Amino acid sequence: MAHQNEVVDLATTGVSSGTSLAAAGAGPGHRVEQKLRNTNTWGTALRRDWRLYTFVVVPILFLLVFRYAPMFGNIIAFRKFRPGGSPLGEEWSGFHYFEMFLTNGQFWTVFWNTVILGGLWLLIGFPLPIILALLLNEVRSRKFKRTVQTVTYLPHFLSIVIVAGIVFQLTNADGTINQILHFFHVEPITFMQKPEWFRSVYIVSEAWQTVGWGTILYLAALTTIDDQLYEAARIDGANRWKQTWHITLPGIRPTIMVLLILNIGSFMAVGFEKVYLLQNPTIYSTADVITTYLFRVGVNSGQYSYATAIGLFEAVIGLVLVLSANFTSRRLVGSSLW
Amino acid sequence: MVTDFDTAPDIAHVRSSLTQIKPTPGTVAFRVFNTIFLTLLSLVTIYPFVNLVAKAFSSDGEIAAGHVNLWPRGFTTTTFHFVLTDPMFWLNYRNTLVYTVLGTVIAMAITTTFAYAISRPNLRGRGFFVGIAVFTMFFGGGLIPNYILVTQWLHMRNTIWAIVLPGALSVFNLLVMKSFFENFPTELEEAASLDGLSTYGVFFRVVMPLSKAVLATMTLFYAVGAWNSWFGAFLYLDDKTKFPVMMYLRNLIAGATGSVDIAGNANDAVQIGQNIQSVTMLLTVLPIVCVYPFVQKYFVSGVMLGSVKG
Repeated sequence: MAHQNEVVDLATTGVSSGTSLAAAGAGPGHRVEQKLRNTNTWGTALRRDWRLYTFVVVPILFLLVFRYAPMFGNIIAFRKFRPGGSPLGEEWSGFHYFEMFLTNGQFWTVFWNTVILGGLWLLIGFPLPIILALLLNEVRSRKFKRTVQTVTYLPHFLSIVIVAGIVFQLTNADGTINQILHFFHVEPITFMQKPEWFRSVYIVSEAWQTVGWGTILYLAALTTIDDQLYEAARIDGANRWKQTWHITLPGIRPTIMVLLILNIGSFMAVGFEKVYLLQNPTIYSTADVITTYLFRVGVNSGQYSYATAIGLFEAVIGLVLVLSANFTSRRLVGSSLW
Repeated sequence: MVTDFDTAPDIAHVRSSLTQIKPTPGTVAFRVFNTIFLTLLSLVTIYPFVNLVAKAFSSDGEIAAGHVNLWPRGFTTTTFHFVLTDPMFWLNYRNTLVYTVLGTVIAMAITTTFAYAISRPNLRGRGFFVGIAVFTMFFGGGLIPNYILVTQWLHMRNTIWAIVLPGALSVFNLLVMKSFFENFPTELEEAASLDGLSTYGVFFRVVMPLSKAVLATMTLFYAVGAWNSWFGAFLYLDDKTKFPVMMYLRNLIAGATGSVDIAGNANDAVQIGQNIQSVTMLLTVLPIVCVYPFVQKYFVSGVMLGSVKG
């Protein structure tokens, strides 16, 4: 019995994949040795784990069709696409469509709008959950902490459509914000008609919806910090602030870095759906971003190749950002996504 | 094993009870500030909901006069009657229900099986399978190629498949599940397979029943996502009778704000009262608000379990 257990342990820790044949019931130790020779072939793996591979087939097919085929479909950024014609375009056009948007003034407006909005959100939206998590972590009453968490998580579960609806109602001429302004004798502001207000409205509503939920991973990371560290620090005379600075923050640094890398990677793809729902032509000068622009020229005006070129450009920037953020993080602080 | 991520974080409490140090004035001031701040934050977070309820029960005139904040003014329930008697609302609401159930079932089937397979350390090609999924988190095909795929390659326009299939796998959820399965006590599975269960048997009869927290969490995430989504319908559906309720709501809001709707719903651009919008919003969040308190403890522990290890 003891012998058998040993074999099984080997197999499941993955020391040698061949030994798990024994675990699958192939038998006692002497046959394991025999099998070790050709464990590293796909044939053996398929024969041994074919049931597991059936689990992989559908998801991989799904990824190939719905994720990788569109990547391949980006080829129409380099080919002239005619609606109704071949889905892969008619003839090669080189970098024609890239030149088109790079020399287009409207493109640069939406490009900078995207960079500013994404950058603002990174600067403001990223630290907020960390701060809130630290504050929540200092709460001594469990009940109070739970309540705050329950309440602040809730907006995360709302549809963007509803969030947009709430934003419109609150910023309306008769909405709460204007009533507060009225109380201070400020003239009502038509927020959603004023380009200069769009970024504030976007950032505030985004913070409202995401800050609570954003704390969840940090709170999880906080639980893994060893209590003894705090005790040692207190004996050394560190106050709360110093404990936070020297123990808590370094303790959650890996989590912070991972989320920062992810955020940097997606910062060009600022919340497309929400921007789209909140914008209107009168505020395009600040509220139009790359994705909403490409949606209009692509889906609405049918310039598929042009819009695909813009999308590809944006996706490549995103990929480069993630890779460089990951590289930098690994070099500087030693934690990275991979 | 699924237990107490909620009890663990009370570090502050444990700390002070261990050493019995009297809090300094600074600490007391901080605690007071912290409590007030968090209370205010919660109130600000909850306010839009309160305002929504107040507007749903108020008359048009009182809303337009800017009188409605915390409490309904010119109390009326006719707005509810108005929305609830619109057959299109019910039809779209039912569509959402169908899309949500079907979408969630498909997504869960793909996610759990895939996550389980790639969590087995001795699966050959594991790194490749993980890589092929993770790469899609950082690079996507983009809006237009996806649009062309669904409309011109797969011919799914105006079908339910355009709504439920494209988003059927969330790589984030996949990774959470994968790391959950990796933490699974292997002894149980070994015992089960020694007792003669195949991989399928182990998965369905041992692993699944013991993963309720993470399964509940992922189901909730997918279901909420499907319930809340509108953009797929906006892109791929023209037939109003197939719209999910979020598209119904979106058109109400877009019409009321007078934003130019280039997608061709120009006849929607009429003023629609905020009370009608509010009622519709309330009715569409109702299911989420109802299940939220019950599943909250699951999703907190579910997400944390998957993520703590990274």
